[in-house]
Amino acid sequence: MDFTQIVNAFPSLGDGLLLTLELTVLAVIGGVVIGTLLALARLSNSRVLSWLAGFYVNYFRSIPLLLVITWFYFVVPFMVGWVTGTNQPIGAFTSCLIAFMMFEAAYFCEIVRAGIQSISKGQVNAAYALGMTYGQAMRLVVLPLAFRKMTPLLLQQSIILFQDTSLVYAVGLMDFLNVARSQGDITGELHTFLLFAGLVYFVISFGASTLVKRLQKRLTV
Amino acid sequence: MISIQNVSKWYGDFQVLSDCSTEVQKGEVVVVCGPSGSGKSTLIKCVNGLEPFQAGTIVVDGTSVGSPKTDLPKLRSRVGMVFQHFELFPHLSITENLTLAQRKVLGRKDDEARRKGLALLDRVGLSAHAAKFPGQLSGGQQQRVAIARALAMDPIAMLFDEPTSALDPEMINEVLDVMVELAREGMTMMVVTHEMGFARKVANRVIFMDRGAIVEDADKDEFFGSPRSERAQAFLSKILSH
Ligand SMILES: Nc1ncnc2c1ncn2[C@@H]1O[C@H](COP(=O)(O)OP(=O)(O)OP(=O)(O)O)[C@@H](O)[C@H]1O
Ligand SMILES: [Mg+2]
Repeated sequence: MDFTQIVNAFPSLGDGLLLTLELTVLAVIGGVVIGTLLALARLSNSRVLSWLAGFYVNYFRSIPLLLVITWFYFVVPFMVGWVTGTNQPIGAFTSCLIAFMMFEAAYFCEIVRAGIQSISKGQVNAAYALGMTYGQAMRLVVLPLAFRKMTPLLLQQSIILFQDTSLVYAVGLMDFLNVARSQGDITGELHTFLLFAGLVYFVISFGASTLVKRLQKRLTV
Repeated sequence: MISIQNVSKWYGDFQVLSDCSTEVQKGEVVVVCGPSGSGKSTLIKCVNGLEPFQAGTIVVDGTSVGSPKTDLPKLRSRVGMVFQHFELFPHLSITENLTLAQRKVLGRKDDEARRKGLALLDRVGLSAHAAKFPGQLSGGQQQRVAIARALAMDPIAMLFDEPTSALDPEMINEVLDVMVELAREGMTMMVVTHEMGFARKVANRVIFMDRGAIVEDADKDEFFGSPRSERAQAFLSKILSH
């Protein structure tokens, strides 16, 4: 094993890691926002809205992530071009980001929904009794309380998302794993690079997971 | 101030309220009592529209609660409510609990809301706890904050749903004292409680409910002197013997 090759490849590995993290963070933010809206729709009194959101969640939870990624890469730009009449490719990063947001939103939706439902009727009544509208009660009382309870679950889901970003190799995006693999190919040290990549994924995921568990303990006491 | 006329409510086939009628005049204190499950909480929640009802009318200060045209949030902002389990917002400090609705619902400026909130906190004897969080206070203290929070909205009437029944005995009086003072200042109050000492002290009228119906609605002296209904007599002798 030749570790100097890894050291030499640090700049490109760093770029890859940056892309992976960027994709993770943006997808989590987008996924939580869309997921929260979906959760509100699922819990709303409107049958139509609730059904549509439910269908969305069940649909995305029933198809492989890899399919969603390739679908968004190949089909969505075509559809966007067809609608807008232009022929601008939207790029692998953007299409992957959208794919992750939409896909993860289905999972975040279920976490947020459980969080909202865990807030007692009494708290909601107290907010209403003070004259708050539905929107105010949600925004000022229910969601802040729900997110507090859900934070560990949301972070745990984000760690899974972090690992899943490696699927972007399918559309040729140079994320951390893809860079490591191609550097391994170039230098003929594939084993070393893959071992190193595994180590990095492990350290980040396990470290984050440990932090989440600690946070969870602090939140429950 | 509050007029309840022939109100009925069902949960599916189960009738929770049957043909309830009563009035609460301005400045009056009305105590509602009755066995568990008799519909006391449901009735009081109908008054500010937290529970819908299927028949009858409730009018609060000229506004019909059941009418679909009524701006319920606006109506509720004018009627204070205190709950059995306090329901302070645990993610907010005591000061924030006192100011949140003043700012967001009434649109008061930060410092105005703060001044008002802290003055009321002082009134319930808890100024020292302004920066704490609800979880750091005892039950009795939390309930006093909850009363202050409702008063901060300058309500025209106050509804209480068993405000002391979740409290340890030694804390009941500190909450009742605040309520007695409020009653003596002329606040219009509808109070679900089994604290008959409180009723004796400040109530104008006592309502006794059983199985969703108002069985007895009498002046205080009359109620304690000689309740007409057998069920009210039985109930009274049971809780007074404790
Ligand atoms: N959401 C609901 N669905 C079905 N039944 C309900 C619902 N809420 C309350 N009830 C029933 O309505 C009845 C009246 O309830 P309510 O809470 O008003 O009684 P209460 O007089 O306040 O009793 P307590 O002294 O125990 O607080 C009870 O029999 C209760 O089981
Ligand atoms: Mg009750």
